[in-house]
Amino acid sequence: MNVPNELFYAKTHEWARKEGNKVYVGITDHAQHEITDIVHIELPEKGKKFTKAQPCAVVESVKSAFDIYSPVSGTVVEVNEELLSSPEIINQSPYEKGFFFVLEMEDEKDLKDLMTAEQYKKSL
Amino acid sequence: MNYIPVNEQDRKEMLSRIGVNSIEELLSLQIPEYLRAKKLNLSEGLSEQDLLALFKKYAGKNKSNLVCFRGAGVYDHFVPSLVEEIVGRSEFSTAYTPYQAEASQGTLQAVFEYQSMICELTGLDCANASMYDGATSVAEAVLLAVRTSRKNKIIISSALNPEYLAVVETYTKNLDIEIVKIETDEKTGALNKNVLESKMSDDIGAVVVQSPNFFGVVEDMQALSETAKTKAALFVTVVNPVSLGILKTPCEYNADIAVGEGQVFGNQMYLGGLTFGFLAVKKALEWKIPGRVVGQTVDKNGKRGFVLTLQSREQHIRREKATSNICTNSALNAFAGCVYMSCLGSSGIKELAETNISKARYAFNAIKKLDGFEPLFSDSFFFNEFIFKTAKNIKKIEKALLKENILGPLNLGAFNKKYKNSLMFAVTEKRTKQEIDKLTDILNRA
Amino acid sequence: MNKLLNEIKSNRNENRIVKCDVPYDISIDDKYKRQKNHNIPNLSESTLLRHFTNLSRRNYSLSTTFYPLGSCTMKYNPLVNEKIAKFEEFSSIHPYQPEDTIQGTLEVMYELERGLCEVSGMDYFTLQPAAGAHGEYTGLLIIAEYFKNKKEKRKKIIVPDSAHGTNPASAALAGFEIISLKSDENGIVSPENLKEILNKDVACMMLTVPNTLGVFEKKISEISEILHKNGSLLYYDGANLNAVMGIVKPADIGFDVMHINLHKTFSTPHGGGGPGAGPVGVKAFLKDFLPIPVIIKENDKFKVSSGGKKKSIGKMKAFFGNFPVLLKACAYIKSLGGAGLKEASEQAVLNANYVLSSLKDKVSIPAGNVCMHEFVLSSKGHLGEGVKTLDVAKRLLDYGYYAPTIYFPLIVEEAMMIEPTETESKQVLDEFIDVLSKIIEESKINPEVLRNAPVNTYVSRLNEVEAARKPKLHW
Repeated sequence: MNVPNELFYAKTHEWARKEGNKVYVGITDHAQHEITDIVHIELPEKGKKFTKAQPCAVVESVKSAFDIYSPVSGTVVEVNEELLSSPEIINQSPYEKGFFFVLEMEDEKDLKDLMTAEQYKKSL
Repeated sequence: MNYIPVNEQDRKEMLSRIGVNSIEELLSLQIPEYLRAKKLNLSEGLSEQDLLALFKKYAGKNKSNLVCFRGAGVYDHFVPSLVEEIVGRSEFSTAYTPYQAEASQGTLQAVFEYQSMICELTGLDCANASMYDGATSVAEAVLLAVRTSRKNKIIISSALNPEYLAVVETYTKNLDIEIVKIETDEKTGALNKNVLESKMSDDIGAVVVQSPNFFGVVEDMQALSETAKTKAALFVTVVNPVSLGILKTPCEYNADIAVGEGQVFGNQMYLGGLTFGFLAVKKALEWKIPGRVVGQTVDKNGKRGFVLTLQSREQHIRREKATSNICTNSALNAFAGCVYMSCLGSSGIKELAETNISKARYAFNAIKKLDGFEPLFSDSFFFNEFIFKTAKNIKKIEKALLKENILGPLNLGAFNKKYKNSLMFAVTEKRTKQEIDKLTDILNRA
Repeated sequence: MNKLLNEIKSNRNENRIVKCDVPYDISIDDKYKRQKNHNIPNLSESTLLRHFTNLSRRNYSLSTTFYPLGSCTMKYNPLVNEKIAKFEEFSSIHPYQPEDTIQGTLEVMYELERGLCEVSGMDYFTLQPAAGAHGEYTGLLIIAEYFKNKKEKRKKIIVPDSAHGTNPASAALAGFEIISLKSDENGIVSPENLKEILNKDVACMMLTVPNTLGVFEKKISEISEILHKNGSLLYYDGANLNAVMGIVKPADIGFDVMHINLHKTFSTPHGGGGPGAGPVGVKAFLKDFLPIPVIIKENDKFKVSSGGKKKSIGKMKAFFGNFPVLLKACAYIKSLGGAGLKEASEQAVLNANYVLSSLKDKVSIPAGNVCMHEFVLSSKGHLGEGVKTLDVAKRLLDYGYYAPTIYFPLIVEEAMMIEPTETESKQVLDEFIDVLSKIIEESKINPEVLRNAPVNTYVSRLNEVEAARKPKLHW
């Protein structure tokens, strides 16, 4: 299972990548594998605010649906709209092309509450 | 009669494999004695012959096969033999919901064809496999509109069929949804665009308009839709599919959701109990719609096949977050609709609408000539239903007609005191010139 | 062969519509007129008969095969009921006909209501709901209205984790929040767990009895007492009523509101997905909240009444409900009679236990070795490498059986839910048991065969992922 070192991880299998005061958000390789073939995704609107651990997106396979929780508090500044028409990208590239959206963080400290790659690997 | 194909010898062998002496023992292992029921106080079972006799007796208490000039949501249209033959085939009628796609290609392809024809008829992009009836399809459309627009205020025409309106009110009463009704114009029976405009604001999620409306009047849907769109509200239309053979399609006036009652397509009246609601939407709403949807795909060998799809919207997966609680729908009635549409074809559907409107106009013109009958909305455009005010005694008219086996027009006063002395007539293709002339004659003499 | 309707070239279909014997008068203002024509081929009756008859042959149905679909009660649909439903005296009735012209129709509904009351122990029924989920929704709205009337704010509904998906979905639609109740190790409700989550916010608990594992809730009296002491009500999901007709009456054991699936327990055909009917029964104290209209009997005359409208939840569906379904169910009750209904349930229980006993050594039965009318098995650990319950289900299709319900209830891994119903012979059950046992063996010797199944059906395994990723929903 691919768990890149430079990312932060939530218990609910989201990852966060810090770039300045922004974070990219997606789901882990482990999560996409468990969900199996992703067929549909619901993404938040740009400009929407979320607090940490609030449900903000939905990922769906043929026979299941999962809520995705915001790993940190912040405002959505970019949405990966390509996923709407090609949700399989999440399966193919969970950490790169398959990011869900970008948040402008309210407080960088939120990242400290997330797991490191090492911790996440252990939790699996 | 019972339908159990297990005899005493079989039972003994079965009990012995289970390791109990009797069914009673099997039950007592699981159900405490104090919870057990007393003997059912129902009559003894009947043989097939006795059963038929009993139901013939019930049937005989109805006054049936009347020449029907009544509509208001359920209409007397002709049902071709092909529809009854196909829908009666037990391969279709005794199958369950097509969960195992490979063993259900008959039902699945039929639903796909049904969805396709609803799309052809409405011009929209995606139809579901059916709702219970017209009323519940309007209610589900309202919920869909709230879900999509994320606004909980909905404008509804007061000329929506009152049965539908009642169901919408039931469906929305415990949810945080506000229904705003707008009245039709007293003179025309249609909605006035300016009235709608005055009610529009940014917090309106959708505008719901029926056309032809409950009074039979065809609305100016183009103008109403444009007005709704000025505030980015969704436009929801409730349409009679028969009328779509000739009237502007929901797509042509830019509706987002089209719903309606499908009984008129291949289903007998049955007290309003053989119904299906259709629901079609624009592409953008396809993942939000309620109910089952069938999609095309391929099998392992690349052969075309059909499956239930977009299932993660539904209750068996999403539970309380599902787009609707609907599971069992009106599949077989919608299938009757499918066979009916295919039976008529494009040209038949058009001809059906033209025949309805021609016969309705003939009846309208004939009644208009009678003393004591005034059209309620004189200059409005109607499809196959219209209203006359009369000075005559309505009860007497109904009696006189029934005596001649005619189910006459509906007394609108029973719905709304405002329409006291108003009679609503429905004239379908099934009514002959002779029947219409007879109706006119009795009205004249009453 | 595999043509879609629109791929058949138009031929001829003249005189489909009756000749218009009045002047053709179709002038319409352009602003109302349809511009684009539809694309539905014009085909002869013979062409269409063949098209649809060929489609029918690609369906498994009760009239062709054993259909052990758990929770769905796919019992035999008697032919005489279909015949009765075709009587023109019923089919030609308009819903707004005067009462005295529809006495027969009203009597059938009245008789059905009485029959359902007797079977369930409830005091009153509405026949308006069109399906099981619609019935649940109706029942929950009645409960909501009852508390509103008492000026109590109760916003929560308890639903066990083994419940049908419609339960939480209906509760949400009725404006309630859902509390999920974890079943105990035997798959039943534990009064202790219930007490822990119960509070004054709880309007009711929904319960399926027997539950979706086919297990009767032995502690139902205790559960009922706990809830009622708290002022909450108890809702009976009637999906599994076929287990207990004449054996247990839901009203007697503490339930206040229930729905019945006539298309399950009362033998009306399922139509490939509907129409069904989900009548709702209530105890007398909830009578005023029932949907309108109601049918009453006065001096041997049947009447349609919307009186008492004030407290009613309103209307759930236009008019009266799915009348042909109601008619068939009424005929079913009359043909079986009281003793026959009880015997049907008893035989359903016997058949299920017979299949269970015959399979218990080959699979796991998480809820124990005795069941009511259905049981759930888990194939986990009993199949060959990489073979799933789904593959077993698909392989059953190859042998000409419809597959049992799979992956439900959610609390059992690799679940397969088998409900034989009472209308199957011992021989059919024996053959099914043999085939299923054979498939389990086959999974160990030749797992590929299962993973590639079905091969004997009209199409092989279909690509559901692509169907959802790139939806093609019309021609």
